[in-house]
Amino acid sequence: MTVSVDPAAGHLEPEATATAPGAPIIQGRSLGQIAWRRLRRDKVAMAGGTFIAFLVVVSIIGPYFVQDPTVYHSSLIDPTFSRPIGPWGGISLAHPFGVEPITGRDMLARIVDGAPYSLLIGFLSTMLAVVIGVFFGIIAGYFGGWTDSVIARAMDVFLAFPLLVFAIALVGVIPNSAFGMSGNQLRVALLVFVIGFFAWPYMGRIIRGQVLSLREREFVDAARSIGARGPYILFRELLPNLVGPILVYATLLIPTNILFEAALDYLGVGLIPPTPSWGQMLSSAVSNGFYYIDPMFMIIPGLAIFITVMAFNLFGDGLRDAFDPRTR
Amino acid sequence: MTRFLIRRIGQAILVLFAASIAVFLLFFVGPGPDQVARTFAGRLGTPQRILEIKHALHLDQPLYLQYLHWVGNLLQGNLGFDYYKGQSVNTVVGQALPATVSLVVGAAILWIAYGVFSGVVSAVRSRSLLDRGFTTAALFFYSMPTFVLGYTLIFIFAYELYRVTKFFPFSSYVPITTNPWQWFVHLILPWLTLAMVTAAAYTRLTRTSMLDVLGEDYIRTARSKGMPEQRVIRVHALRSALTPVVTLAGLDIGTALGGVIITEQVFGIPGLGWTIVQAIGQQDLPIIMGIAVLAATFVVIANVIVDILYAVLDPRVRLN
Repeated sequence: MTVSVDPAAGHLEPEATATAPGAPIIQGRSLGQIAWRRLRRDKVAMAGGTFIAFLVVVSIIGPYFVQDPTVYHSSLIDPTFSRPIGPWGGISLAHPFGVEPITGRDMLARIVDGAPYSLLIGFLSTMLAVVIGVFFGIIAGYFGGWTDSVIARAMDVFLAFPLLVFAIALVGVIPNSAFGMSGNQLRVALLVFVIGFFAWPYMGRIIRGQVLSLREREFVDAARSIGARGPYILFRELLPNLVGPILVYATLLIPTNILFEAALDYLGVGLIPPTPSWGQMLSSAVSNGFYYIDPMFMIIPGLAIFITVMAFNLFGDGLRDAFDPRTR
Repeated sequence: MTRFLIRRIGQAILVLFAASIAVFLLFFVGPGPDQVARTFAGRLGTPQRILEIKHALHLDQPLYLQYLHWVGNLLQGNLGFDYYKGQSVNTVVGQALPATVSLVVGAAILWIAYGVFSGVVSAVRSRSLLDRGFTTAALFFYSMPTFVLGYTLIFIFAYELYRVTKFFPFSSYVPITTNPWQWFVHLILPWLTLAMVTAAAYTRLTRTSMLDVLGEDYIRTARSKGMPEQRVIRVHALRSALTPVVTLAGLDIGTALGGVIITEQVFGIPGLGWTIVQAIGQQDLPIIMGIAVLAATFVVIANVIVDILYAVLDPRVRLN
């Protein structure tokens, strides 16, 4: 990873040399450009971002480079204890992450195969939460009055709801095929819906707070004075000013949602085996007690989730600092 | 103040009313009475038997009547009767609640104490080694799935280090009335798990809020009139810096009292969270609805208490 040092981003403000003859033409920088410059100098955040990019690449092309995750290698399994032969869960050159107990399936292949599920569910549920949250947050903050009261109380109801319970109960009663989908496709859709639908008040509250202060600003008055109406002000004037916080909190919501998906997997209402999401691998390691005889079986998917969540958190924190340096 | 209280409580009642409808629709109407009766009748259920069961459980009545019946009982403090043993849901909840309360109260003491302490130290000694340590620890536990932390602790303390730490049980729970020492020993690992995962947010929040407050004018005034730094932090900064922390703590405790599903599941603690997961497995709707409504009630009450505390702690907050 390289950190490029831009001379123009130094301590000398360009304005100071503006009047000098022959000076380069000065270009105004947008808030986004300023934030991007700050972000690029934040090594920790960039490391997180790089890891996320790497992970996205892995989940797209990774499956073509690893072994078949469904092949059983029973010769690598100790027949008495059903655990992998050799130390560290049977780590070898052929199986860099070792093999699974009982079946002997390659762990690396399963981790790579599970990456898209964890990422996809994290991303899509966050997008759903952002869309609903921003929509209601903007409306509540801008209109105020009873609209605000109703939306704020609705958020209270959502937050008052024991959402894991709802998720287990819902996934438990949905049949194997519904809404024209079936199997894991349906499960993914269901998980995205449940997680996203219950995460929106978190986004909504933040956006509402931001809009409450934004709507008092002069540019909103200016728009109103030239005859702009509600929807125009909301989505053409206010929304662009919210891009920063939306980006930041969406980035911070993704890891929460990935952890939530893992929790649902643990409670037995996540993806259906043999599809390997990380949470599901973890839960099969812990809920059968297999991690006592083969700790690596838990450690490897655990690390995969942990590092991914950490990377998103680091990147999100860096993004927040970049948009709002006061919080550093 | 009185007007604010009345308004806030009125709103809380409305929220609870909406939550009760949501619970009823999702957990009762959602699965459908036929499904319930079929589950209840078991594999050998004939259509005749299913009809009988529906009649016995009042599942053949119109939905609004069933709702009114349920809410009417709720208002009298009666959560209904369990489908299988005919046990009162109040009894089931009464048995589960002490376990959850034990878990939550102990963990809350730990996470608030550690979170506030580490956050304040981090803010006061900003960018020091200590600050980095606490911030990294917060990030670490913030990124950890709760059940992985729980099982790791069990693996390390109850399994690998068994020779040294003989007294750690793998799981299960002993009521305090049976044996206070065993109660304590059984809860150490669950307390640590829940506290470490939750404390991370407190470290971060306290740090940010404390840094904000330390930049305020009145802190500069206090310092400039020669007040010792210790006193500035303890008396002037801490009080207003802790307002958002109190809010978070109130909501977290309120939510947790309704059942800490993952931690209870990992450590086999028969609290509300564990009970509701069992009930979902059996489609025991009265228990699911009872605990869900109870959990919502805790959250709503916590919300009201937090709003009141907010106004008491920070006189700048307007009450209208």
